[in-house]
Amino acid sequence: MLACEDLHVRYGAIAALRGVSLHVEDGQIVALVGVNGAGKSTTLMTIAGVLHPSGGDITFMDQSIVGSPPEEIVRKGIALVPEGRRIFPGLTVEENLRLGAAIRSDRREVEQDLEDMCQQFPVLGERLGQAAGTLSGGEQQQLAIARALMSRPTLLMLDEPSLGLAPQLVEEIFSLVIQLHERGVTILLVEQNVERTLEIADRVYLLNTGEVEFEGEARELRERVDFVSAYLGGPN
Amino acid sequence: MESTNQILQFLINALSLGGLYALMSLGLALVYSILRLVNFAYGELVMVGGYSLLVVGQAAAIPWLIIAGIAVFMAIVASLLLERIAFRPVREASANTMLITSFAVSTLLQNAALLIISPRARAVRIPSFFIENWTVGELLISKGNLLSLVVSLATLGLLTLFLRRTIMGSALRAAADDFVMTRLLGVRANQVIATAFAISGCLAGVVSLFWVGRAGSVVPSIGLTPVLIAFVASVIGGIGSLTGAVVGGYLLGFLTVALNTILPQRLLDFRQAFLFGIVILVLLFRPQGLISGAYSAERI
Repeated sequence: MLACEDLHVRYGAIAALRGVSLHVEDGQIVALVGVNGAGKSTTLMTIAGVLHPSGGDITFMDQSIVGSPPEEIVRKGIALVPEGRRIFPGLTVEENLRLGAAIRSDRREVEQDLEDMCQQFPVLGERLGQAAGTLSGGEQQQLAIARALMSRPTLLMLDEPSLGLAPQLVEEIFSLVIQLHERGVTILLVEQNVERTLEIADRVYLLNTGEVEFEGEARELRERVDFVSAYLGGPN
Repeated sequence: MESTNQILQFLINALSLGGLYALMSLGLALVYSILRLVNFAYGELVMVGGYSLLVVGQAAAIPWLIIAGIAVFMAIVASLLLERIAFRPVREASANTMLITSFAVSTLLQNAALLIISPRARAVRIPSFFIENWTVGELLISKGNLLSLVVSLATLGLLTLFLRRTIMGSALRAAADDFVMTRLLGVRANQVIATAFAISGCLAGVVSLFWVGRAGSVVPSIGLTPVLIAFVASVIGGIGSLTGAVVGGYLLGFLTVALNTILPQRLLDFRQAFLFGIVILVLLFRPQGLISGAYSAERI
């Protein structure tokens, strides 16, 4: 479904991505793991069109999307829930959700989706009229995901959805990702919580300083001693 | 009752000037909140409105209301042209480039007016309404002030409705919070920015009607004071916040009228000094402005 080929991205003189290639197949959960600064967020932002690569190609559904602006990419069916949630604090929960459907013109279905979101995320349903900036971290994360879902994406990209959340909430987020996967949404997940991520992902890419260091089935990687010790601290 | 009259008089004048300042400030803040650009050519949009009043007023004998409508329309057009020709090409450039561009455009437009029309102040035909007074009991109410008060409140009301009840309005407010995220949801950047500039032009146009109404004439540098007031009001209100811009505008209006009323005769010349002294005090104690730009704290 999605293929990145030999992506090179620079921030001025600094090379953030140095030849990253990855692919995501229909219906999979693909994870992108690695330490801070490895280039995970940069990869997602480049796919989403916010950053432009200096080299390489990105194809989605057999169409090249590299160089397209973010407004076009979301219309192709790729939605990004960025790092830090980035909900609109000055707008209400409902306004945030409605903006998620900005690209859609089917009003009645949008209303239906809005109701569905309130069912699926009851805490959002309770706070529709509340300013989004007053929500707790976990609630904002749910809002960010629900907002992205309002555009009915085929590929959902999540950048560190569990960051800064209490363990119980982290668990809820991962359950949500599994649920979405079961409903047929293809997911590209960036996470630092490697252990849990390996349990739910189909395939994993390990990024290190802008390059893909490991790639493979999540099962495989769980067993590799060097991978495990480097990132989980000691053999399992 | 002497004091009630004085208070009422004060309130009307303060709300009238405050309303005008609030419109000025909002026009500047709207573009700033989305693009992080202080559009110093905003003053020239007021100038365009003023000169439209002059030229159209001289050219044809049409009702003032229509001339006013044309002036506002011209300000909107000028603003959209400004965005398209001057700012869009440098939108991806550094903040410094955008700032210098806005100064350059401002100078260009002022000198264009100077060359094409006149460097001297030209009297503008304004309806007698503006200088007439109403006597209500012992009160002397300036009709012009009352009109400016009502029009500014109505404009603010309409704008609030637009921002809160329409999708484009939500998109503008969202863009002020986080422009990149708004684009990630598919809202087209060009549409949002053009809308912001259009509204900014409309506000500048309305301001020009009353600014020229107060002065009775128009001069190429007529936009200088409005843009400075708008800038100061936005800063004390909280730069980046639309509510802050309105609050800042009303506050400056109130302070100006208050100083005019309170200061003894010999100190009246120094009222600007007093006014800006107060502004400095506000900024010393609350440098981020009276209203915070956005919700910053997250309840975990």
